[in-house]
Amino acid sequence: MAQVSMTVNGKAVKRSVPDTTLLSEFLREHLRLTGTHVGCDTSQCGACVVHVDGRAVKSCTMLAAGADGASVVTIEGLAKDGALHPMQTAFNDNHGLQCGFCTPGMIMSGVDMVARYKAEGRELTEAAIRHELEGNICRCTGYHNIVKSIQDAAARM
Amino acid sequence: MSEGIGARVKRKEDKRFITGKGRYTDDIRMENQAYAAFVRSPHAHARVTGIDRAAAEAMEGVIAVLTGPELVADKIGNLICGWAITSKDGSGMKMGPWSALATDKVRYAGDAVAVVIAETPAAARLAAEAVAVDYAELPAVVFADRALDPGAPQVHDVAPGNLIYDWEIGDAGATDAAIAGAHHVTRMEITNNRLSPNPMEPRSAVATFDEAEDHYTLYTTSQNPHVARLVLSAFYNVAPEHKLRVIAPDVGGGFGSKIYIYPEEIVCLWASMKTKRSVKWTADRSEAFLTDAHGRDHVSTATMGFDKSGRITGFKVETIANLGAYMSLFSSCVPTYLYATLLSGQYDIANIHANVKAVYTNTVPVDAYRGAGRPEACYLIERMMETAAREMGMNPADLRRKNFITSFPHQTPVIMAYDAGDFDGNLDKALKAADVAGFPARKAEAARRGKLRGIGYSCYIEACGIAPSAAVGSLGAGVGLWESAEVRVNPVGTIEVLTGSHSHGQGHETTFAQVVADRFGLPIGNVQIVHGDTDKVQFGMGTYGSRSGAVGISAIVKALDKVEAKVRKIAAHVLEAAEADLVIEGGAVKVAGTDRQMAWHEVGLAAYTAHNLPAGMEPGLKEGAFYDPVNFTFPAGAYIAEVEVDPATGVTEVVRFTAADDFGTIINPMIVEGQVHGGVAQGIGQALLEEVVYADDGQLLTGSYMDYAMPRADDVPFYTIEHNTTVCPNNPLGLKGCGEAGAIGAPPAVINAITDAIGTNDLAMPATPQRVWRAIQAARPAIAAE
Repeated sequence: MAQVSMTVNGKAVKRSVPDTTLLSEFLREHLRLTGTHVGCDTSQCGACVVHVDGRAVKSCTMLAAGADGASVVTIEGLAKDGALHPMQTAFNDNHGLQCGFCTPGMIMSGVDMVARYKAEGRELTEAAIRHELEGNICRCTGYHNIVKSIQDAAARM
Repeated sequence: MSEGIGARVKRKEDKRFITGKGRYTDDIRMENQAYAAFVRSPHAHARVTGIDRAAAEAMEGVIAVLTGPELVADKIGNLICGWAITSKDGSGMKMGPWSALATDKVRYAGDAVAVVIAETPAAARLAAEAVAVDYAELPAVVFADRALDPGAPQVHDVAPGNLIYDWEIGDAGATDAAIAGAHHVTRMEITNNRLSPNPMEPRSAVATFDEAEDHYTLYTTSQNPHVARLVLSAFYNVAPEHKLRVIAPDVGGGFGSKIYIYPEEIVCLWASMKTKRSVKWTADRSEAFLTDAHGRDHVSTATMGFDKSGRITGFKVETIANLGAYMSLFSSCVPTYLYATLLSGQYDIANIHANVKAVYTNTVPVDAYRGAGRPEACYLIERMMETAAREMGMNPADLRRKNFITSFPHQTPVIMAYDAGDFDGNLDKALKAADVAGFPARKAEAARRGKLRGIGYSCYIEACGIAPSAAVGSLGAGVGLWESAEVRVNPVGTIEVLTGSHSHGQGHETTFAQVVADRFGLPIGNVQIVHGDTDKVQFGMGTYGSRSGAVGISAIVKALDKVEAKVRKIAAHVLEAAEADLVIEGGAVKVAGTDRQMAWHEVGLAAYTAHNLPAGMEPGLKEGAFYDPVNFTFPAGAYIAEVEVDPATGVTEVVRFTAADDFGTIINPMIVEGQVHGGVAQGIGQALLEEVVYADDGQLLTGSYMDYAMPRADDVPFYTIEHNTTVCPNNPLGLKGCGEAGAIGAPPAVINAITDAIGTNDLAMPATPQRVWRAIQAARPAIAAE
């Protein structure tokens, strides 16, 4: 068993979990933060993306013990004081989701992508968004409105 | 802003999804929950000669290890196919037995042999690995075009030669004669590649047996929870319907694959009874590839005859359809009544004949996947039309126009009676939106960059609004395909609508509320849509085949008619006015031309206080309806794809995609366009990327997202969407359906564009870089000769 301590969505948490516990499993089963989804077993689909110390990470690829001491933000922690994050609003405004299963990962990847490009002073073009979404699969939207949502949010963020 | 029919209303359901508060089956945790892991056959075809579970049973956390013979002893029934197809010789289809856990034989790699129930998912998986199964391997048959070979391995004893049925439609003699007398004949061998539906949420089930009540509850990833309950009860003997509650909560996409009742749900329910524990199973993606019903997998020969002017004289099709190792719930109707009945396409064809042989193979069962039969029909017809145009030296758009059906209703020679459409109008809109006039300039510009640019058309039609119950019953369906609705107006005037349709991404909570809001002039926030729970909604047939609008909403409209009739009676009584003088608008019932009115909530309150109702009227304001369609609906459209091919690598990029669709009345254009986007992406996926690949011995080679190429964001362009509306005359709002169009229309448009670019007609899906490069090399002598 591993003793794991981390900050999740601004709250300190501490649990004793089996060594093999993945971060995705830790969030879903131990903290019951079920907004982080698991859609594959090969780290391709990106439904499980969360932020670990400010970077987008596929939580199915990381052990919970590996996030010991880290600050983790999940989809549940994105809205602040009841106000939706601009990326969340943009997905609603632009019909960027249908079944909603890939959506948490898309939003978390989108937030990371916009922040990264802004920090690096690079332009987040349509082509760049499509390229950046390589690790996030959606089966419903054909990506059209996801790309639009991220473009829209980038302008608001 | 209006929230009624035609308004681009933002989705009500989004809030929970964008904040991580959706509630999918795997998010549900019951008290005392245990976990199931399945022991699956590593062989495509084998006899099970022994199962040793002692080691697994001794492992920590293991509650039970259960096998097929125990399941049979408990009288759990075999899985069945619910649509009986009759062969042309009059014999019935040959349905082999499918036990939820194999008893004597396994028939595909992944076939479930045993299940472990344990305290944790990890314990269940470890123990499943420890179950020792002895197999006597048998040779396997895998491919559709090999299943009927003499001496091919036999999948089921009841189906000699692996032939499930040999079915036909149309007039063979007349069609042969028409083709024999044709001025030009186009002939093609066409394979429709096998696909895996891949909703992003893997299948999952949580079953709970309540011993004290002798009652079961099943949470499951279903597109049709009532159908699941019916089948689980009537055929699988898990529990009688009144002792079984099925809940399909938020469901993360379906595309057909979540219509069916699979062995895992049956086993979870049964194991819950055996172990007195709640039992949860959630597939991982590898298990999904290995067990979710696949789609398509047709091998066809198509022959089309034309007269001198380019009019089609006859169309003959021979198809072998691979149904996999077992007959899934609706598998039999897909390559017959959902396929061959659409072989007339948008064209006036006097003579059509199709012969379909459905076969067993040692592969995952094949059933409906987005479009289900109609994409296979559309792909054949539209590849034929494009190829024929090239062979005859005609413009492909002009050849289509020459053959378009232009007057309605139109009876095709293959059952369908098209009710409305404007095929020329669709094509006009597509040609304009796609700027086809500017294509030569774009092609020349691409050539300067070393790219081969091509343009391809597809004019699709589909039959949706499935389906008139008596009609499908006469064709072999085991169920009626109506829909139900109940409208409950509360005393404060808010409204709950209970529907038998199920939303797994389609946005029903918004569009259905828009229909109600439109009718009474209420805000959609006052309307709640309830679905997906057999304890709440009395019955329903669920969502597939683009039926939720044309059938599901029509049932709601019928219930709204009854509500309105009672509202009018109440208001007329209270306001002392004639019913004929009343108008309902803006959330009030008004006496026309006066200032007298009742607010909507006052009508609700009057109905429930019942202090002042017309003599003899029952209190309350709640009405239900069942709607049975009188015909299919016929969405149709024209799609134009433009591609650029890199001749050095064979890499194809879809650079423009234009869709002009006729879906009838549109309730929420934003949602409808979203459906087209998603469908087109799946169609582009079939055309360029996706294929389920088996090795010769039946091992699945595409068992993960490392091997099965899903469309990514950079594989597709922004799509241009146009609407050209003709109203469906056969349902109250004139709805046709939009869910499958993209997946039906897109594949031939893309392949026609690539073959236009590279100058050959011979190209199979998926058009991978290697295939395209090889096709370019094969076509080179011809190019050089030009």
